[in-house]
Amino acid sequence: MPFELETASHPENLKRVAIEPVSRVEGHGKVTLLLDDDNHVQQVRLHITEFRGFEKFIEGRPFWEVPVMVQRLCGICPVSHHLAASKAMDQIVGATLTPTAEKIRRLMHYGQILQSHALHFFHLASPDLLFGFDSDVAKRNIVGVIAAYPEIAKKGVLLRKYGQEVIRMTAGKRVHGTGSIPGGVNKSLTAEERATLQKDIYQMIAWSRDAVHLIKQLFEQNLAFYNAFGRFSAHNMGLVRADGAMDLYHGGLRARRADGSTLFDHFDYSHYWDVISEDVKSWSYMKFPFFNAMGSSDTGWYRVGPLTRVTQCDFIPTPLANKERSEFMAFDNGSATGATPGYHWARMIEMLHAAEVIKELLHDDDICGTELMSSGKRQERGVGVIEAPRGTLIHHYRVDANDQVIRANLIVSTTHNNQAMNEAIRVVAKQYLDGRELTEGLLNHIEVAIRCFDPCLSCATHALGKMPLEVVLVGADGTALDRMTRNMHDSPATP
Amino acid sequence: MSESSSFILDDQEIPFMPGQSVMQAALTAGVFIPHLCYHPEFRPHGSCKLCTVKINGRPATSCTTPAAAGMAVESNTPEILDKRRTLLQMLLVEGNHFCPSCEKSGFCMLQALGYELGVVAPRFSLLYPTRPVDASHPDVLLDFNRCILCELCIRASTEVDGKFVFALSGRGIKKHLVVNAESGKLADTNFSLADKAAQVCPVGVILPKRKGFAVPIGQRRFDAAPISAHVDEFKPVVSAQGERP
Repeated sequence: MPFELETASHPENLKRVAIEPVSRVEGHGKVTLLLDDDNHVQQVRLHITEFRGFEKFIEGRPFWEVPVMVQRLCGICPVSHHLAASKAMDQIVGATLTPTAEKIRRLMHYGQILQSHALHFFHLASPDLLFGFDSDVAKRNIVGVIAAYPEIAKKGVLLRKYGQEVIRMTAGKRVHGTGSIPGGVNKSLTAEERATLQKDIYQMIAWSRDAVHLIKQLFEQNLAFYNAFGRFSAHNMGLVRADGAMDLYHGGLRARRADGSTLFDHFDYSHYWDVISEDVKSWSYMKFPFFNAMGSSDTGWYRVGPLTRVTQCDFIPTPLANKERSEFMAFDNGSATGATPGYHWARMIEMLHAAEVIKELLHDDDICGTELMSSGKRQERGVGVIEAPRGTLIHHYRVDANDQVIRANLIVSTTHNNQAMNEAIRVVAKQYLDGRELTEGLLNHIEVAIRCFDPCLSCATHALGKMPLEVVLVGADGTALDRMTRNMHDSPATP
Repeated sequence: MSESSSFILDDQEIPFMPGQSVMQAALTAGVFIPHLCYHPEFRPHGSCKLCTVKINGRPATSCTTPAAAGMAVESNTPEILDKRRTLLQMLLVEGNHFCPSCEKSGFCMLQALGYELGVVAPRFSLLYPTRPVDASHPDVLLDFNRCILCELCIRASTEVDGKFVFALSGRGIKKHLVVNAESGKLADTNFSLADKAAQVCPVGVILPKRKGFAVPIGQRRFDAAPISAHVDEFKPVVSAQGERP
């Protein structure tokens, strides 16, 4: 058995407790717990129950349609899919972006980071953090936060609104715009739009800094609990800039083992399959990526997202966020960098960084430029990678001579974190639930652990044709007479 | 205004010239009547039925009915608008119309009329027909998923281009647009992006390749104003010889 508590040895006699749906996350999932008569936890699984199918139904579509179509994977981080697909299609059309196009895309992306992180921290996670994991469930929600902490709630709402406005002005709509197209963008900022965004950006930076201090304060108040909650060690992967700086739009892949040693660095993501493969398991629609060098998803799983990015980069190239990073890294001798709730702290540092980057871009005249498009020698394959709010996002396409997509593979941020989330909830189950009478508050600890990753379960379940399936023919006496399986533990072929 | 050269459309007096249809007269007077298969440069077709009005109490397609003095025409009434909404809802489920990812969004007459007439939710079950895309031509994409059988491309290719590239095949619900080539592929015809047939599709079937989404949201044809405000674009074309289609 690869993982403790992944599969109980005798599930048939155990009590089943389901948390369904997992609340305050994007998309639909459930957690099942199998308990013995003494309430000892024997099995814990995060199941992803929804099914999308994007990889299959974009086959045959024209390549220029893909950046607009695939963003419908998600209503929270569509910009990430829009841009990752555009980056892949830039390669298809052989484009090197103009300065205006690249900066408008960066502006769009950091607006997305700002709004998504604000949404998650203030709307989804703050009820647990401000009221307590097992506090009154009737108040443990955004409405309760608005009532008890109106100033904090207001900042969250307005930070998100600002990020959405950045997206609207660069993409045409707050959600599901069309601004990024293969080879560039279809608009730059007008002087009026630029002035509107400049007016409020300093307030956004100040509020983002307040949010970093808030989560730091929460850690300080309950250090032992936060440090221990759902703690596990994991390998990590994310993009970094050529000089090792944090860069959420572009860079090379850096992977470090759980002990901090480097597995690969500045790896060119255009052939990511040399370092990453994907596994499937019978009980989830979400795939299980792993490092090839480690052989299988049992040993080679890893973690992505804010905690990885903040700890793996050498520095953050904006002053306020870099200062906060230094404090985070040094806090209690680095203990927060390995804590699962450390995701929240790292996420707020990134939100501050995003606000600072937006400020820099708004003072760059290129964002009002008129050179929007470029093209070059046509290619057959395109890979686009971006650091989405929830982690590394990989889009990979092959396009034929008729301009039609003939193959697509998407490895979404939450998919990278699949095994990590399962690990976190197993640790939490052992820490807080094992042998106890279950209450709503205790079960919420499981959900809190999942929320640390800010998973987007809608994004993470997009494959078709690789769906794992097991059919068992059972006789009248309950014995299995025949069994047929498909894609139960096989890795997809190299593209 | 003499009685002999006008009719009444929803309480408004509409003048007309001899030979004009009810639709042409209304558009000339600045009154929009919803339509899909009508095009000012082509003879009326009467297939989409969206321009159906009541003339002296009886339903008739306004694009094919000659204007006559003293007619009482109803167009903008709850009953007729409801019928038009129903027609649009049937068209929307008969093909595969995914506006969110369609590059014709903002330029599409079917979409614009949906907004105009308040089609806000699905009403009928989607048929999900299987209609493979023809991407064989180097410059033009054919996405049959969105075809509404208006025959404008057929008329343009035949009457203007003289190429006979398109035709309809099949009957009833199985009727569909085909390409007039042994292979059935557009690449095996003499079709060109410069052809009139490449310019007239009211929906997103005939598309120039690699141009999708180049116009930002807010600057597309129907972003600023509803289709009814574009009435001038649909006014009948009068040639130097005074002839009209």
